Amino acid sequence: MRRFLGRKWMSTSTVGWWDNVVPAPKDPMLSVTEAFLSDTHPKKINLGVGAFRDDEGNPVVLQCVRDAEARVAGAEYLESLSRQGSLKLVMESVKLAYGENSDVVKEGNFAGVQAISGTDACRLFAEFQRRFQPESRIYLPVPTWPNHHNIWRDAQVPQRTFQYYNPASKGLHFAALMDDVKNAPNRSFFLLHPCAHNPTGIDPTDEQWRDISYLFKVKNHFPFFDMAYQGFASGDLEKDAQAIRIFLDDGHLIGCAQSFAKTMGLYGQRVGCLSVLCVDKNQATAVKSQLQQIARAMYSNPPVHGALLVSTILGDPSLKSLWVKEVKVMSDRIMKMRAALRDNLEKLGSARTWEHITNQVGMFWYSGLNPEQVDRLRNEFHIYMTHDGRISMAGVTTGNVDYLTNAIHEVTKSG
Amino acid sequence: MASRIAICRGILSRNSGFGIRSMSSWWGHVQPAPKDPILCVTEAFLADPSPDKVNVGVGAYRDNNGKPVVLQCVREAERRISGNQNMEYLPMGGSVKMVEETLKLAYGENSDLLKEKRIAAVQALSGTGACRLFADFQKRFRPDSQIYIPMPTWANHHNIWRDAQVPQRTFHYYHPETRGLDFATLMDDIKNAPNGSFFLLHACAHNPTGVDPTEEQWSQISYQFKVKGHFPFFDMAYQGFASGDPERDAKAIRIFLGDGHSIGCAQSYTKNMGLYGQRVGCLSVVCEDEKQSVAVKSQLQQIARPMYSNPPVHGALIVSTILSDPDLKNLWLKEVKAMADRIIGMRTALRENLEKLGSPLSWEHITKQIGMFCYSGLTPEQVDRLTNDFHIYMTRNGRISMAGVTTSNVGYLATAIHEVTKSGSK
Repeated sequence: MRRFLGRKWMSTSTVGWWDNVVPAPKDPMLSVTEAFLSDTHPKKINLGVGAFRDDEGNPVVLQCVRDAEARVAGAEYLESLSRQGSLKLVMESVKLAYGENSDVVKEGNFAGVQAISGTDACRLFAEFQRRFQPESRIYLPVPTWPNHHNIWRDAQVPQRTFQYYNPASKGLHFAALMDDVKNAPNRSFFLLHPCAHNPTGIDPTDEQWRDISYLFKVKNHFPFFDMAYQGFASGDLEKDAQAIRIFLDDGHLIGCAQSFAKTMGLYGQRVGCLSVLCVDKNQATAVKSQLQQIARAMYSNPPVHGALLVSTILGDPSLKSLWVKEVKVMSDRIMKMRAALRDNLEKLGSARTWEHITNQVGMFWYSGLNPEQVDRLRNEFHIYMTHDGRISMAGVTTGNVDYLTNAIHEVTKSG
Repeated sequence: MASRIAICRGILSRNSGFGIRSMSSWWGHVQPAPKDPILCVTEAFLADPSPDKVNVGVGAYRDNNGKPVVLQCVREAERRISGNQNMEYLPMGGSVKMVEETLKLAYGENSDLLKEKRIAAVQALSGTGACRLFADFQKRFRPDSQIYIPMPTWANHHNIWRDAQVPQRTFHYYHPETRGLDFATLMDDIKNAPNGSFFLLHACAHNPTGVDPTEEQWSQISYQFKVKGHFPFFDMAYQGFASGDPERDAKAIRIFLGDGHSIGCAQSYTKNMGLYGQRVGCLSVVCEDEKQSVAVKSQLQQIARPMYSNPPVHGALIVSTILSDPDLKNLWLKEVKAMADRIIGMRTALRENLEKLGSPLSWEHITKQIGMFCYSGLTPEQVDRLTNDFHIYMTRNGRISMAGVTTSNVGYLATAIHEVTKSGSK
């Protein structure tokens, strides 16, 4: 039968499986990077990059990471080692987030799983939320990291937003935020950035966090923290976790995504942790098992290498000290560049106010530049950033801060 | 505003009824998930103090001393990459180099599809991640489709397509009476499925049965798929591990490609490179032309982005270091063959031992089956006896991981199996 049916007949009967597949919208960050890379101008600057750069503009691998690498090299690939490494990673992450001497850590009433960096920590939680609180929705701040929207959408959890950034003041819209928290139905789920809000760099003060936490108690809301920058915001790990500690003190049983991408420079290793606080160990065991079920059908187990690096560093006092120092160095460099940029712009006699450069924290400066100004910066000055005017301070160096200052002044002086 | 709140806080103190329990009834209804049966086997094994204990439940390779193995090529690759690379994010689609080399393995180095850039491919979190990306993609772009899954299959296949919300059907595969392939019924199921159905196929070393179609049977399956316009999705987790020869293990895929099918394929380096915890794999989807493959790849990336943004770099670097260096690649091929040969050797030894013991049953399926697993045909009761009386651990479906068999324990294993089966007929 086969001999009589040539290939020609067969191929015309082939169904076009994916004719309906259109190209996905291009990732705006990628477009920025691509455009930057193909630009040959000698003074070009990439301010879209979401990864730390040293003062020469080079990526950095922390010394503590190199030391940890040397220690884990040659390790066996036992599955049990992967499991142990994962457990250790979770324990150390939880200590970082909640405090070494916290009740959470002492009593162990939490479900913790290693995750594929912050994205997956959020996704696991979103899927868990959908599965076990199917009527719930997630309230996301405006603005937020764009991928938050994708995550909860793909997990099929309906989204709402709450006000956060005030464009007029280039600061926190606290009154509107509190209104939104109050007006949301009781027991709503909220996504909060505990420090170094991405993309605005604007964080509530401790006092404001206390008020937010209190209102959450009144409304019985669920606080989910996405902590991607612990240590990176102020240079102090404990200080950056303060929002979480405040909520803990008020008795909230929170969820928390942690990422070591930026704080340990482990970007491509994809190391993170998801923790969900529970009332007791039984509940914690049940919740953890369900999180693992969700992960099992996505990727079975998380990747081991990065987890080994993190748990080696955090589990060794001297390596941990080294890390704490190195995080502060990174954070200090960012702060120094913020100060320099602001000083420069003020010295140029700019009519505008630039205090938001140093008021904001973390890697990003939400400049308030409009799309036309962003375009001018790119076309006339070969300076690249995303269209929302978000500038990665990691891309600023002592070598380029003057050039950057002049360019920003040029495009804003009439404004 | 702040003062208003301050007043409220003064009135309502912490002890006024906003206790922990009133805020915490979030997860009270969450039940523990069913325990992973394979994990249970391992735990029970570890807890057993008997010096004779044997673990043939483990799905990971062990050497003849029962020790896990890190391949030399992997050690060398690790050595080369350590301290040299930065840890920047990979692109969303993963390591381009790793994906290129991986596609060559599945499709052939000189594949026209590669030359014509018709394959949409992304790095994935091992085979699981590759299957899941495809399942989500299938749901998104063929929302009315179902997936036909062989009976039996790796348990997690069911979880993956279920969580992707793609309805499942099964098709006949394993024939318990012969401990072989139920080819006639398999072909019937293919014929009776609606045209244009999606089928999951194990490219080689079927998990858990170890039963693979012959080349002739694959040709017939491929032909029938053409007639029915079915979509073939291959999960290839054991290339190189099955026969010792990666080209040979990819034969089923090459047959389908030769017939002009536009397949999907999940690949994993977990077993054949021993990279278990590193989670390295690849998903590829054959498209009509380069333009379509660009579109499909972009959509696969869109699915990956809200899962994990971009895949982990370390394992991918190991793979691309090995596969792009001819010497390291040759070393890998030797080492994969050595692993496969050891397994094949143990199959032979186990069968011979059982036959020498004068077992009334037929054990030829031990050497006919291929890959890490032997679907022994032991009943759950017999498995329990093996565990309770002989401290031999395996999953209750009678699946024996040949990787757990060594020259020192094969005699004991054969004796024990003989004991629990000698009264049986068939």
